[in-house]
Amino acid sequence: MRLAIIATLAAAAVAAGCATTPEQQPPASVEERAAKPPAPVETKPIARVDLTSKPAPGNPLKDPNNILSRRSIYYDFDKFDIKDEFRSLIEAHAKYLRESPGAKMLIQGNADERGSREYNLGLGQRRADSVKRALTLLGAKENQIESVSLGEEKPVCAEHAEDCWAKNRRADMLYSGEY
Amino acid sequence: MQALLTRLRAFLGAVLLLTTPLAGAQLSIEITGAGAPRMPIAVAPFPGEAALGAGITSIVRADLERSGLFRGLEVPPLSPAPTEASPVNYAEWRARLADALVLGSVAARPDGRYEVRFRLYDVVKQASLGGIAYTLSKEQVRATAHRIADFVYEKLTGEKGVFSTRIAYVVKRGNRFELQIADADGAGEEAALVSFEPIISPAWSPDGRKLAYVSFENKKPVVYVHSLLDGKRNVIANFRGSNSAPAWSPDGSRLAVTLSREGGSQLFLLNADGSSLRRLTSSAAIDTEPRFSGDGQWIYFTSDRGGSPQIYRMPAAGGEPQRVTFEGSYNVTPRLSPDGKTLAYITLNEGKFQVALLDLSNRQVQIITDSDRDESPSFAPNGRMILLATVIGGRGVLSAVSSDGRVKQRLSVTAGDVREPAWGPFTE
Repeated sequence: MRLAIIATLAAAAVAAGCATTPEQQPPASVEERAAKPPAPVETKPIARVDLTSKPAPGNPLKDPNNILSRRSIYYDFDKFDIKDEFRSLIEAHAKYLRESPGAKMLIQGNADERGSREYNLGLGQRRADSVKRALTLLGAKENQIESVSLGEEKPVCAEHAEDCWAKNRRADMLYSGEY
Repeated sequence: MQALLTRLRAFLGAVLLLTTPLAGAQLSIEITGAGAPRMPIAVAPFPGEAALGAGITSIVRADLERSGLFRGLEVPPLSPAPTEASPVNYAEWRARLADALVLGSVAARPDGRYEVRFRLYDVVKQASLGGIAYTLSKEQVRATAHRIADFVYEKLTGEKGVFSTRIAYVVKRGNRFELQIADADGAGEEAALVSFEPIISPAWSPDGRKLAYVSFENKKPVVYVHSLLDGKRNVIANFRGSNSAPAWSPDGSRLAVTLSREGGSQLFLLNADGSSLRRLTSSAAIDTEPRFSGDGQWIYFTSDRGGSPQIYRMPAAGGEPQRVTFEGSYNVTPRLSPDGKTLAYITLNEGKFQVALLDLSNRQVQIITDSDRDESPSFAPNGRMILLATVIGGRGVLSAVSSDGRVKQRLSVTAGDVREPAWGPFTE
């Protein structure tokens, strides 16, 4: 629970675009504090964490007008190479990860329903790995990203037809707190 | 006279049960194809069996018929009803066209339990083939009937029966996934695990006490070993990336798994408690679905290292993989028969995913199903039948096919998709 709150706070800080680093704001030393006069009693507002609310406007990951709100990469049958149309999306997320060293991403690879479940798990893994590789080549840190596979087990579309299968041959990029 | 009436009433009750579908069965079984000559067998109702509630002889008869090797004969009411202690009128049973005959009786014991006695006869040779007495409670009727059917099957075919074994499978109902354990006839279903996230690849430990499987409850595939008696679950492989495809070594001491922790999907070996991880394959391909050979010397697996998914095998101690399947562009999910002579797998045949059998001595391939979405073949522990998942009318069902392809059965469950069957081992 506590971890979740910390993660949410961290995410909120990142989202507000004011991520701080230790270099910019060193913690106050004991001496400095002792030298200050006693602080007046203040009622500071409690930092409320509301997991039920809509994301704050300005969170680039949630802003529908921001490319970062797009998270899915689609593949051709039995393929795992990233098509050109998804280059800019991958580049945007790589930039975000580069500029937010605290951000963590889970990539979930998916496959359509045809064939062996375990082999499809392998295909989904290959897709997730391909996204991870592209992101790290563009400067994201290896330890920021975990690539896993959901195989054919979590289809977004349930019809037994190519339209649907195309939607299920997919890798999704999720940030901490989104899975 | 009163006693005779009581027995007659009990007998009639049993006859009624014979014509009633098995009550409480979650999976219903439909035999959709039958083998060549089936041995006609008469299982006479056991006097006194009505006291047990479930028709013990009807379960015996259904078991034997499901094997595809026997045809259960209708037995008209007989007076006096014969028991295992009666002299056998062989001429009369021969006239009813029975080759084999089971007679028995059920008696209440002073301790509230029951005693079932039965004897099997070869009607043609006019000889007793032996019999057994069991004491049981009412809750053990099904288990006792399966034991009787196993005895009959083994005496008449020379092979061990699988009626007392269990099967595991996954049912998806709405957004729930249930890992179910049932008797081999689909009855007596009990959920070992219920989850809102997928469960796949259940694999029985060789002693039948545990199941290894993959659960997605942590938003990624993780391998667990689940002890069926106490429900205790141990995480066996939860490394960075995906963890899947558990397979037990024949002695139950080790598991082969597929991990992506070092990139790609590769085979690893670890102890059954999750310790001592060792990498088995090193390829840029997907290597998955490992299975040990019965002698523990080989690991069969699926790999697309040659460009398309095919089945390979490698020494379990490590070494160079050899390709096993050559026909077709998609051959996956290797499963060795218990005698190690046959490899069952799924092949893509003219757009249909079907079960193929490869005779490992002469390399002959035979496709034994006519469905088109087959997955997860699983041999019965006597090698006679193969259980598999398929899709009929858009719904996942289990199907069973004899290893000669001649007997076919369908097991379906109401309101749910059934998949990922695994036939359990013989247990004592």
